[in-house]
Amino acid sequence: MRVFIAACMLCVAPATWAAEPVGQIKTANGEVHIERDGKRLAAQPGDMVLESDSVKTGRDGSVGVTFTDNSLLSAGPDSVLVIERYAFNSTTHAGHFDASLKKGTLAVISGKMVKQSPGAMRVRTPASIMGVRGTEFLVRVD
Amino acid sequence: MLLPGPDGKVGMVVVERQGGERHVLDEAYETSRSGSAGVGRRDPESVRAAFGPALAALPSRPASFLLYFESGTDNLTQASRAELDKMLAEMRRRSIPDVRVIAHTDTVGDVASNDALSAQRAERVKSFLVDIGIAEGRIQTAGRGEREPLVPTADEVDEPRNRRVEISVR
Repeated sequence: MRVFIAACMLCVAPATWAAEPVGQIKTANGEVHIERDGKRLAAQPGDMVLESDSVKTGRDGSVGVTFTDNSLLSAGPDSVLVIERYAFNSTTHAGHFDASLKKGTLAVISGKMVKQSPGAMRVRTPASIMGVRGTEFLVRVD
Repeated sequence: MLLPGPDGKVGMVVVERQGGERHVLDEAYETSRSGSAGVGRRDPESVRAAFGPALAALPSRPASFLLYFESGTDNLTQASRAELDKMLAEMRRRSIPDVRVIAHTDTVGDVASNDALSAQRAERVKSFLVDIGIAEGRIQTAGRGEREPLVPTADEVDEPRNRRVEISVR
């Protein structure tokens, strides 16, 4: 019995924390990709975004993502946006959101978790960290 | 750089730079820029130019609607029929809306029949959404019966504000 339980946990556990979507692509123009587990996937509206994904746009690309806490993030051309850490509890509105703009342009409208706990969202660039108390701002990394 | 919201309100962003410099942006169009000291400001026009494609790609803001029903039925009230048209127009504007429909009843009738009535109200609203071409897979419905009144009442109280459906779209 013990062996059976251990074996089951091994097969169930990775699936439960691997695939929970944290956001969804709502707009995509030009070249847009998601990098996930070393794979490069062409992205289009309706595709899910997961924690640890990198969202990349080409020279003519732009992309907009709506997250489960109603945060809205969009990136302009030649951008690399990494969803480093994301968790949101839709009952308590507690959570954390660490995003990182490696290059390009980013527009942010913060969502429910920041409303609930100012500072729950942070946006990192190579030169700085932004603590988000709400609500709308822009970031550029040259 | 900070932007004013749709209501003109401005939030706050705390910027910590490499080297420990810390800036608080809490006025519209204030900027913190690496390589230049302190907090600056940009004019809205140059912002639109620099961030145009990113701003244009922002998804529509999540929205919510409340529709009310006539007593004991899944027929919308007169006022809510106008609100329904507004809601459907908003849905059509969105390229791939995800919709959540949660329906409720007042406390007239027993719990089981109110569960059934709320499910019926949710399905009725879903049918309006499917009729305008929204994929069924993008619509979540739930009937909450008389469990979550907007206005708490005793049992068997005819309360129009509790006979409602809450619709969220993002």
